[in-house]
Amino acid sequence: MTAPFPTHKQEAWRYADLDALKPVWAQFAEPVTLTVAAGESLEEVWLPTGDDVQLRRVRLALGEGATARIFALNTAPVYGRVELEVSLAEGADFALFGANIGTGLSTNEFVTTVKHVGPAAKSRQTIRSVLNGKATGSYLGKVEVARGAQQTDGEQSVKAMLLDRGATANCKPELEIYADDVKCAHGASVGELDAMQLFYAESRGLDPASARALLLEGFVMGLWDRASDGDAIREAAREALRKVVS
Amino acid sequence: MDLLALDPHERAAAGLFLGFQYPVEIPGISYLQFLRESLNSQRRSRSEPELSGAEFIKLARSQAALLGMDAEMLKRPVNVGFSGGEKKRAEMVQMGIMNPRFAVLDETDSGLDIDALKAVGAGINRIMRAPDKGVLLITHYQRLLDYVEPDRVHVLAAGRIIRSGGPELARELEREGYAEAAA
Repeated sequence: MTAPFPTHKQEAWRYADLDALKPVWAQFAEPVTLTVAAGESLEEVWLPTGDDVQLRRVRLALGEGATARIFALNTAPVYGRVELEVSLAEGADFALFGANIGTGLSTNEFVTTVKHVGPAAKSRQTIRSVLNGKATGSYLGKVEVARGAQQTDGEQSVKAMLLDRGATANCKPELEIYADDVKCAHGASVGELDAMQLFYAESRGLDPASARALLLEGFVMGLWDRASDGDAIREAAREALRKVVS
Repeated sequence: MDLLALDPHERAAAGLFLGFQYPVEIPGISYLQFLRESLNSQRRSRSEPELSGAEFIKLARSQAALLGMDAEMLKRPVNVGFSGGEKKRAEMVQMGIMNPRFAVLDETDSGLDIDALKAVGAGINRIMRAPDKGVLLITHYQRLLDYVEPDRVHVLAAGRIIRSGGPELARELEREGYAEAAA
């Protein structure tokens, strides 16, 4: 039995490219489940595949004191979606570092639900989008703090850079909190490259296109600093950025 | 060559260096990468061979050492978390690496303590004191001129040079103030 095909009326699919999704839905209908046992740790690097439509739908359960770090690059030529539903037991530590790099008419999105089930768990989500043409990059992120999940520490940081007037960034951090001793922060910004930074780089000899590429690299590449083996995702991100700038 | 007809990166390749009063921070890009790409971009447009990573690091280290700057700082993102004095020293390290023919230094002395002022002054002399090089040093004060003796001093007011003289003019200004000099 295949799960029913989503509609735009469902919040989590609001910005999805459903036309692109339809022909391949059967292979993605069921999310993959990953479990990290108490005290264990997991680190995953999710690279783009090169397919027109790329989906990752993952349910991730972290046991007590477990740690998970996900590094994800979302740069599908038509539709890319990274969907994560995470549950955190007491003292678990979850971090997501993700980038949407989109050109042309593409849609790339991160859709996350992080459930702080046990107390004293920590979640960090850092998303950067670089978009040109008429590309769309989205982050829909819900953090749920259950009753009893005291000392929750949650943070969402979402920034987007729009290189053309037709590009779109959607950003929707959402908090649902049923405990009274929690710390949940979120910040979002959408902008263009800084004119002073561009001038500084050009005054040192970089032509305008190289200066733009370098500044965008700085905007995105900080995401991978904590990856223990980040070479592949760094290279893939650089290549995706080259396409966005050219 | 008409520098005014050129874009900023072309002016840099032609040998012009601009020292910023407020050097700009660029998060996410290390100083080493920033300067190597800048220098090689200049060298490409002059049809000179690019420097390899090893050659560039050697050059950057030696220039940092000459300015009394810890070379480890060049691994940090451009100017991020640098103090005012560190940023100005870093500007001089950049000038040493680029080795320009003419430098416009915009209030490079502002925000410097005495030690940094000395280091920056020595840097300007070492890098730029040569018969075929020139510096336009923009400042409000005499203090940097104790270390970098000017050949000519011009007083600029409202976009025009209203007085010119030798090094003694700067000392006179320091003594008597601009209002007197402009009168």
